Amino acid sequence: MSDVTASQDAQVPRRTPLLRRVTRALDRYGLWIYAALAIGYLLTPIAVMIIFSFNKPQGKFNFVWNEFSLDAWFNPLARPGLSDALLTSIIVAIIATLIATILGTLIALALVRYAFRGRSGTSLFIFIPMTTPEIVLGASLLTLFVGTASIEPWRSIIPAGIFYPLGLNTILIAHILFLISFVVVTVRARIAGYDRTLEEAAMDLGANEWTTFWRVTFPLIFPGILAAALLSFSLSIDDFIVTNFTSGLTNTFPVWIWGTIRNNLPPQVNVIGTVFFTVAILLVIFGTGWERRHDLLARRRRGVEGGASS
Amino acid sequence: MGEALRRRKWLIPWLLMLPGLLWLLAFFVIPNIRMLQIALSEGTLLTGFVGPPEIWAWANFPENVARFAGNFVNSLVYGGLATVLCFLIGYPLAYTIAFRGGRYKNILLFLVIAPFFTSFLIRTISWKVILGNDGPFLAVIRDGLGLVPANFTIIGTPLAVTAGLTYEFLPFMVLPLYVALERVDKRLIEAAQDLYAGPWRPGGTIAGALIGGGVAIAVGVGLGYARFLGDGADLMTVLFWGLAGVIPGILVGTAMISQAFLRITFPLTLPGVFAGSLLVLIPAIGDYINAELLGSPKTQMVGNVIQGRFLNQNDYPTAASLAFVLMAAILIGIFLYARLLGTEELQNATV
Repeated sequence: MSDVTASQDAQVPRRTPLLRRVTRALDRYGLWIYAALAIGYLLTPIAVMIIFSFNKPQGKFNFVWNEFSLDAWFNPLARPGLSDALLTSIIVAIIATLIATILGTLIALALVRYAFRGRSGTSLFIFIPMTTPEIVLGASLLTLFVGTASIEPWRSIIPAGIFYPLGLNTILIAHILFLISFVVVTVRARIAGYDRTLEEAAMDLGANEWTTFWRVTFPLIFPGILAAALLSFSLSIDDFIVTNFTSGLTNTFPVWIWGTIRNNLPPQVNVIGTVFFTVAILLVIFGTGWERRHDLLARRRRGVEGGASS
Repeated sequence: MGEALRRRKWLIPWLLMLPGLLWLLAFFVIPNIRMLQIALSEGTLLTGFVGPPEIWAWANFPENVARFAGNFVNSLVYGGLATVLCFLIGYPLAYTIAFRGGRYKNILLFLVIAPFFTSFLIRTISWKVILGNDGPFLAVIRDGLGLVPANFTIIGTPLAVTAGLTYEFLPFMVLPLYVALERVDKRLIEAAQDLYAGPWRPGGTIAGALIGGGVAIAVGVGLGYARFLGDGADLMTVLFWGLAGVIPGILVGTAMISQAFLRITFPLTLPGVFAGSLLVLIPAIGDYINAELLGSPKTQMVGNVIQGRFLNQNDYPTAASLAFVLMAAILIGIFLYARLLGTEELQNATV
């Protein structure tokens, strides 16, 4: 080996330099290479989705690459029922998000701000739907909606159209149900650490509860509520399992895909998936930027106040 | 009104929670009770159900569990394996982000959750494309490298279903692990290193290689055994799988597995490991999309049976009893978990 002559030189390691160099390289880059592989694994299907939106499939199924084409991008809705399904998805997501965010935020406020008997029990109760498999949520709702409401005497008692036949109403009921828990957990985590002394200060300065809430509390917890609403929207618009059980003949976008995949799979599915993905990513980027600016302004303001008081 | 409220202060939290709790009561508790009732009934949707309090068909439970035992086994095996694989893939990833991420932490976390911004179904369809007989994965390992025989397929095997489940729920494992790793007090590790808990070489490398290689061969041979041990059996395939596990094992083991890691970091992150495992196992056991799109009739899970019986065959009592068994098993698991670690830990880890 070459280091026989250089053994006097302190700069060259004496023992098995190659092995040690490999070990050091592994130490430094091993985890990064692994992380890159793992993240590559997570992103591969997204890349495939985007690439295959430019495909012109040979048969009915967009499973094998054939040739590049922009057809699907120029006619993204050119499939029977697709635009209705998309519209339903968006309507459901908006209404379900609104209602679930309000109901969930109220629960989160109660759980964080009040010490009352039954608090930990309530919080466990709210946690259980999150840990229930979606298939059980959907199946149990189906037994309520169809297995109960379609059978006498319930059929005459429950106003027609709410539970049975299945449709927009039942999808909404189901989505709000599984979103509430997510909203509670998200809002709760965000407001657990906020500064209660600000509220007390407002009250000391003569504001009543109502003014205090809208002028002090609400602006403080708003980022948490917004985060919960965004999470709810994305969970709702993407939900398949619960929706499949509660939708009846109404289609949402995922249910429409599930229905069409037996006979064909057009590249339009990939186009719409890509559009959703892009919009979501942009929203997150703008959201982070907005939050950072918000923080920066708040810190600057605090800095000015700190300077003035000292 | 305000005066009355001030006097009854304990009412305020309950008033705030009332609408949400009523919703959960009406559309979570009552449907589940109704589902139990139908699980104990006889009859079909068309003839109507005869159930409690007239008939208590307790026999539905053992009969249906026995009848669909194979599907329960499939669910447990695929779901359990997916959980183990998610842990093995997710832990080093979370470790890298938490300990080496530096200023790239947020970007890396964002990449981990990026799959959530596309539809669950579309992601699974993408795997069908990738793993398909004319897809890029087989094009490389079968046609390009000749590592597997020409009749080798992945779609339709348990391997494909497990791979799909692992992919689908990996972020659910990484996030709680990341939270747990972030919370580890780095001073403890420094203290351990001061007390001569040095890097463990070449033990870490070898341990990583053995774990990686062993798991890869076990999963490959276990799930695709017919392909490996049947007519196309050859040593090359097994060696390929082993190598596919050994290399990442070495990459991870060398830097991550040290004495300080084994004695401090890993034990401190066990709550995160439990939380992540539950978050993967629960949806994986109930899933039926992967089995439907990536599997074959032989790889049907409990979810496929429940969905088929409910939505296609209108056999509500059978489906309800299966769903109830699934739900009960998971609830027992969660209560045991809450006893062991407390509910706060689980909820914190979820966020």
